[in-house]
Amino acid sequence: MATKNIMIVGVGGQGTLLTSRILGGLTIAGGYDVKLSEVHGMAQRGGSVVTFVRYGEKVAEPIVEEGQADVIIAFERLEALRYAHFLKKDGVLIVNDWRIDPMPVVIGAAEYPENILETLEKEYKVYKVNATEESKKLGNPRVFNLIVLGIAAQHMDFTKEQWYDVIEKTVPPKTIQINKKAFDVGYEL
Amino acid sequence: MAEKVIMLGNEAIARGAYEAGVKVSSAYPGTPSTEISEYLVQYKEDVYEEWAPNEKVAAEVAVGASISGVRAMACMKHVGLNVAADPLYSVSYMGVNGGLVLVVADDPGLYSSQNEQDTRMVARAAQIPVIEPSDSAEAKDFFKTAFELSEKYDRPFIFRTTTRLAHSQGLVELQERNEVPDKEYVKNIRKNVMMPGNARLRHVEIEKRNQELAEAANTLPINTLEMNDTSIGVITSGIPYQYVKEALPNVSVLKLGMVNPLPRKMIEDFAAKVDTLYIVEELDPVIEEQVKSWGIQAIGKEIFTVQGEYSANMLRTAVLKEEVKVKAPAEAPQRPPILCPGCPHRSVYHVLNKLKLHAAGDIGCYTLGAVAPLSVVDTTMCMGSSISTLHGMEKARGREYIKDWVAVIGDSTFLHTGVNSLMNMVYNHASGTVMILDNSTTGMTGHQDHAATGKTLMGDPTYAIDIPALCKALGVKNVVEVNAFDISLLEKTIKEEQAKEEVSVIITKSPCVLLDKSKKPLYIAHEDKCKKCGMCMKPGCPAMTKNVDGTIHIDDTMCTGCGLCETLCKFDAIELVKVGE
Repeated sequence: MATKNIMIVGVGGQGTLLTSRILGGLTIAGGYDVKLSEVHGMAQRGGSVVTFVRYGEKVAEPIVEEGQADVIIAFERLEALRYAHFLKKDGVLIVNDWRIDPMPVVIGAAEYPENILETLEKEYKVYKVNATEESKKLGNPRVFNLIVLGIAAQHMDFTKEQWYDVIEKTVPPKTIQINKKAFDVGYEL
Repeated sequence: MAEKVIMLGNEAIARGAYEAGVKVSSAYPGTPSTEISEYLVQYKEDVYEEWAPNEKVAAEVAVGASISGVRAMACMKHVGLNVAADPLYSVSYMGVNGGLVLVVADDPGLYSSQNEQDTRMVARAAQIPVIEPSDSAEAKDFFKTAFELSEKYDRPFIFRTTTRLAHSQGLVELQERNEVPDKEYVKNIRKNVMMPGNARLRHVEIEKRNQELAEAANTLPINTLEMNDTSIGVITSGIPYQYVKEALPNVSVLKLGMVNPLPRKMIEDFAAKVDTLYIVEELDPVIEEQVKSWGIQAIGKEIFTVQGEYSANMLRTAVLKEEVKVKAPAEAPQRPPILCPGCPHRSVYHVLNKLKLHAAGDIGCYTLGAVAPLSVVDTTMCMGSSISTLHGMEKARGREYIKDWVAVIGDSTFLHTGVNSLMNMVYNHASGTVMILDNSTTGMTGHQDHAATGKTLMGDPTYAIDIPALCKALGVKNVVEVNAFDISLLEKTIKEEQAKEEVSVIITKSPCVLLDKSKKPLYIAHEDKCKKCGMCMKPGCPAMTKNVDGTIHIDDTMCTGCGLCETLCKFDAIELVKVGE
């Protein structure tokens, strides 16, 4: 199988590291070679963050380059816009329909782009969900990323049981049930 | 078969330390090296590890452990090695007893650093051998090799990583710990006391050792040859090797696991076998300049940059002259890193901004006070420099000149190297105001303990340095503690201390908002009461946005209930709605 390239993009603090840990555990369970590359440090303070996940028979480079991503999981609309050009021709873009203003917008030095999803839908295969609102209904807005992952799972090579298994092994024990419930919401959309 | 697990590069180094039989590790946190020490804690039954106040101390602790006869290490980022440069250059002469390795993490692309220096240059200057891995598996295995070579050749080693290596995950095969017996300590002042007569002899000795090591490098298993199509040959090491394998899978490759000293014969043989030789190394032309100095023709920085990270696409374009077609990115406003919602630094900077003060800044999250809308920090250079920078300004331009200035420094950075600068201010009759932004942790690197938090890296309770008492002991007469969120008291205090003709220290004490994981109270904005004055927006809290009609909205997923906006609102439009548990 050709190496599969996944990207997780979002705003520092949204839980991209937890998501990448889940994807890492999953690809190993699937018996693949895998490399992940993530951002730590200063960029985690509310900045734009991107994590790369590559799996296949043998993986060399740890990063995904422009035009190579099979799936982009975006935790925020503006970040989806920023990284969409990394998608390959038939790539899939999964977007949490949620807005977090970057500082240039907060202070009025820039405008938050209008109609991001409409623009992206013209060019890419887009799946959108307001996962932040959906997760509030489940009682914990922090589990929104599992809802987004649930949608991504529909476009990846793993069984629901494999996902459940790695979620159980990765998230804090007290939050296993709610995280699995959140995953189901996305998986069944 | 051994168990395969996925590990971050830094995690693999920690595992390598455990398997190598390391007994002592000391470090100061610095992205991208920090997690090595954090992962090492899981082996605390076998490995003693600690946070040192700075990298010089960490390196010296490791040297001491090595002299006593055990395998020892210190971890730091590239600029941390500058702080440790003093012991580095001299331990190079002394050599080792137990194996000694310094892990030093470079940051090509400046993800979280103030410069893009190349540790291999420092290592060459200090005549220290360098090993560099290219993935997590090598990070673990080469780390063990470093200890073996360190003991065999009586040399301290640098284990060089980069951000991409440190923060990428890959598969690693676990092995058992090698319980290395402690070496006997034998008093030997010729080797261990670096006074001129001894150091002169040691200099001769280490030149000899390095030559032996350079000769051995030609047959070391960590330097590997992959002969394929010989029309193109590439010499590379570390993460760039992965880009070479991705972009140029059919070329011949000489991959260096040891990048100092270089295996000259191996390189000369390789160069003779290939038609065109490329040298692919991020940052400085360290391998390239040496290879070219031997009269070998090669292509390097003529076509590859000395800045930032490389990639497979970059090599496809530069080496294969392929036109790599990529879409242009969409136009999108930048999203630079910012202070978190509820960060106590925002409150302090809001007051400094209101008073129109300049700040000599330092290294930490609070460096972000340089950017709009807070725009308070004017200078940031290196750890501990804020206080001495302010002092230099005063000595250059006089007391009146610095009435518009303060120095700002975090608690961990103050203990790192700021304390010496404060000593200097008192000693040399300064009058400036130093603000210690004490958030009770090393914040930017992800919350590490330090000498004033009361807890060690291994989780034991310990004495917490009393920062106000420390300042007083240095001779500072005016030491004031203020809650960072009490903005009216803070404003009054700053004005009072700025008026004094002697050194003042203001400690703004409020823990990092990310430390407290309990449910926080929450504020909401009442649109009917909001007069759209914009006061609450001034500090630039990321949880606050303007509605289309100009009223304020507070994002309930981001608000931490710090209350700064409520304090600033004169119309009671912002109200606490949920009290935390």
